[in-house]
Amino acid sequence: MELFTNQILAGIATGAIYACMALAVVMIYQAIDHLNFAQGEMATFSTFVAWQLMQWGVPYWGAFLITLVFSFAGGIAIERLLFKPLAKAPILTNVAGFIALYAIINSCSGLIWDFTIKQFPTPFGSSPFLGSQLISTHQAGMIGVTMVLLVLLFFFFRFTRMGLAMRAAASLPESARLVGINTSWMIALGWGMAAAIGSIAGMLIAPVVFLEPNMMIGVLLYGFAAAVLGGLTSPFGAVIGGFLVGIFENLAGTYIPGVGNELKLPIALALIVTVLVVKPAGLFGRPIVKRV
Amino acid sequence: MSAVQEVVTEAPVIDAVPKKAMTLGYGTSLVILALLIIVPLFVKNFIIFQLTMLLIYALAVLALNILTGGSGQFSLGQSAFYAVGAYTSAILMEHANVNYVLTLPIAGIICFAFGFLFGQPALRLSGVYLALATFALATAMPQLLKLGVFEYWTGGVQGLVVTKPDAPFGLHISQDMWLYYFTLAVSIAIYIFSVNLLKSRSGRAFMAIRDNEIAASAMGIDVALYKTLAFGVSAGITGVAGGLGAIAVQFVAPDSYTITFAISLFLGMVVGGVGWLPGSIVGAAFIIFVPNIAEGISKGLSGAVFGVLLFLIIFLVPHGARQVAMVAQHLIGKLRKN
Amino acid sequence: MLSRQELRIAAFTTAVIAFAATTGGALAQKKYDAGATDTEIKIGNIMPYSGPASAYGVIGKTEEAYFRKINAEGGINGRKIVFVSYDDGYSPPKAVEQARKLVESDEVLLLFNPLGTPSNTAIQKYLNARKVPQLFVATGATKWNNPKDFPWTMGWQPSYQSEARIYAKYLIKEKPDAKIAVLYQNDDFGKDYLKGLKDGLGGKTSMITAEESYETSEPAIDGHIVKLRATGADVFVSITTPKFAAQAIKKLAEIEWKPLHIVANVSASVGGVMKPAGFENAQGILSAAYAKDGADRQWDNDPGMKKFYAFLEKYFPEANKLDGSVVYGYGAAQTMVKVLEMCGDNLTRENVMKQAASLKDFTPDTLLPGIKINTSATNFDPIEQLRMMRFKGEKWDLFGDIINGDFSN
Repeated sequence: MELFTNQILAGIATGAIYACMALAVVMIYQAIDHLNFAQGEMATFSTFVAWQLMQWGVPYWGAFLITLVFSFAGGIAIERLLFKPLAKAPILTNVAGFIALYAIINSCSGLIWDFTIKQFPTPFGSSPFLGSQLISTHQAGMIGVTMVLLVLLFFFFRFTRMGLAMRAAASLPESARLVGINTSWMIALGWGMAAAIGSIAGMLIAPVVFLEPNMMIGVLLYGFAAAVLGGLTSPFGAVIGGFLVGIFENLAGTYIPGVGNELKLPIALALIVTVLVVKPAGLFGRPIVKRV
Repeated sequence: MSAVQEVVTEAPVIDAVPKKAMTLGYGTSLVILALLIIVPLFVKNFIIFQLTMLLIYALAVLALNILTGGSGQFSLGQSAFYAVGAYTSAILMEHANVNYVLTLPIAGIICFAFGFLFGQPALRLSGVYLALATFALATAMPQLLKLGVFEYWTGGVQGLVVTKPDAPFGLHISQDMWLYYFTLAVSIAIYIFSVNLLKSRSGRAFMAIRDNEIAASAMGIDVALYKTLAFGVSAGITGVAGGLGAIAVQFVAPDSYTITFAISLFLGMVVGGVGWLPGSIVGAAFIIFVPNIAEGISKGLSGAVFGVLLFLIIFLVPHGARQVAMVAQHLIGKLRKN
Repeated sequence: MLSRQELRIAAFTTAVIAFAATTGGALAQKKYDAGATDTEIKIGNIMPYSGPASAYGVIGKTEEAYFRKINAEGGINGRKIVFVSYDDGYSPPKAVEQARKLVESDEVLLLFNPLGTPSNTAIQKYLNARKVPQLFVATGATKWNNPKDFPWTMGWQPSYQSEARIYAKYLIKEKPDAKIAVLYQNDDFGKDYLKGLKDGLGGKTSMITAEESYETSEPAIDGHIVKLRATGADVFVSITTPKFAAQAIKKLAEIEWKPLHIVANVSASVGGVMKPAGFENAQGILSAAYAKDGADRQWDNDPGMKKFYAFLEKYFPEANKLDGSVVYGYGAAQTMVKVLEMCGDNLTRENVMKQAASLKDFTPDTLLPGIKINTSATNFDPIEQLRMMRFKGEKWDLFGDIINGDFSN
């Protein structure tokens, strides 16, 4: 029994990582109706920038804020320069563009900061949380920040004009333009916000997994899976999805005999696919009604 | 509250490529065929090996073109079918001493069944969700191949070394050259089969589903059957390519068939032109040669150079090589008029 | 009848021909295979400069810089080294393509230090069939020491199995009733190590109470550590690569689990693993080593390491000297240069293998004092010795004797 609760707690701790990333994934999906493969790399690059600032003596929160602004501006710049010209191109071509972006950023990170792992500080400390040795204060902090981001995003999309405009631009671009929304800039804004959220995710994840250019490869996949499981239209779903994936993965690894340990990832993904077959829009997503 | 998706006004995810435009004219086809037959007689064995790999990857991209460009189903999991085909050939050749020629149809059939089965749950998914499901398949495959229970057959993490066949009937040509012509024969057969498939009723059914699934089912097309059939055929062809790949490289290992390979095949399809079957060979050339070029330009930043080259290509020709061919055709037409 | 003069000329000519025929061998006769000429030696190499294993690409860069240094200092017996290194992205089919390119298109003399067990397995048959030396492969798999079946393939670093056997012997001796928990990477590296550990324990494999594998695609291995701790083990063997080794060290400290912690040599780097994980968390960890660590201050005044640091400063200043891969590349390159020097003017592939199999007590600058490279026609395992060490303060304390990893056979 104790192992069970331990694995659940450990799953929640790992799940917080996935939840963070899933929020960024949902953000970009809300903006462009597609998943950006390079999201993870952009987050890693931002985290490296923060690390470099701290190496140069900038204190943690200063580096945090500068990185946030840099990531927001960077996301908008990438969209304007690289993806706006592809707006009329087929979606698959855009996906190829994401892959190209991934390759570029990953390679540059490797060249600038090399591949040795780097320690990334946490403002929350690493001592046991509430006496439990399974969740450190940092991981508790991570969950807390994710919740705050979640609430902020919820308010943004539900109650602000900008959020509403962005949702309109993503789901019904023609109609949105008719009411005067600049859909093109909505997309750029979406990219900027997704990049900023991604950088926060990166800065929260790095203290746990150590900073290196390939840090996000595994995380991004789990982030996608969590976002899809929770419903790509629901930030709340993304966070729940993240925790569920973390917990389920740990339980599968512990309790499925023989192959459970070696097939953690495929089992987790199989679970998600099964859920999708039953609930195609994810657990908390809004079902899509197709009008012919 | 549900989100409403306007199917009518929404741009199709995959270009509706008309049937006629999916293949090349006769003249160009013959020229290319002639080149493929003659060039290997004059080059070194190593180049012949590269050309063999070119044909094999072209087959894999072709299969993906049928699936995505033909029936509109997005797949990032072709590396899994390729791996099954490769391992089938390797295991049959090394453990059961089956002649290499026989292993190919067996690999094809097994992969067809596998693809058909995978197509069943995939019926309910589309777009991003299908992408994720196929992505899951691609990441699961190397781990399945490493499983301890299969280790006797698959060689586990160490993989299996495959023996390359000699030219039959005592022909005095190198192993590489024989394998090239053998692969060429298989490729031509599969290409002709694919072209005919797309021109046939099944092909029209695929394209109807791709363009507007709801309208297609309203017209009486058995959407479920054709979608899974597309997956099956695509997987089968990829499996044959995998088998050929195992023989050409003489080695199979879980690390050879990762998600990176599936992504490369996807890129090959986009660069060649989605749904344009002849573009498969252009896509394959991209996969093999552009990384080498990028490495030549800068070893430290080879990934970045690759990304930049890819961006250049998709900026200049967003519809891939098909766009280049159409422009060329247009120009030739204009010249003829003058 | 020949005249006297004609006879003398005939005799003289015969003498010259006889002289040339018999002493031709004694004169410096140059023999070359493809890739070697009077002025240059072409060496081929395959490294993962991109893809999941790109962290190891720095080995190739270090070797390239080292050969540049040798060339700047006059080359080997007056010949310059041309180092042709290609990227395989850790993909075996690509490795096959690059190996064929090196042999058939670039026509190199030999392949030096290609990296990765899958890649090397893929090209081994081809290189042996073509009789091209596959020298000093950059992997610790045990199978490279097989001169009977693969006379053209030779390893360099101590094999994973021999290292693991050392740990097993240590545990049997020092902690015979230990309960061992093993975390291993689910690939050839991890599985090979695990086998060595089990072989070393012999009849006492029951000491292993838990085995957990992980994939490199997993972001963090915390869940595995929790599971292992729950088994009540008091020894933790960490068969991990640097990132995961550091995560394990950190997690162990966080959950306040203090078993006897053994870490694989590839992850024993002071700068690459111990420092990021936190020195305070790494106290008492055991490992074994055959080379000196660039971040370990005890070697600051060591003559060999001083040469290494000087080399870095002049030829590879952007290198991270805390990276164990850089030290590795230097040592391997130095061994290659030694072999080529020993070849003299006979630069055939056969002679290269012969000389590589005749290294006697060769000590590159970066190996631990007392550890020497030895090879013979039946022993293709250049480095077999290791010394155990314990982490104390901010460095490794070597202890015990130099152990030959194969002694248990």
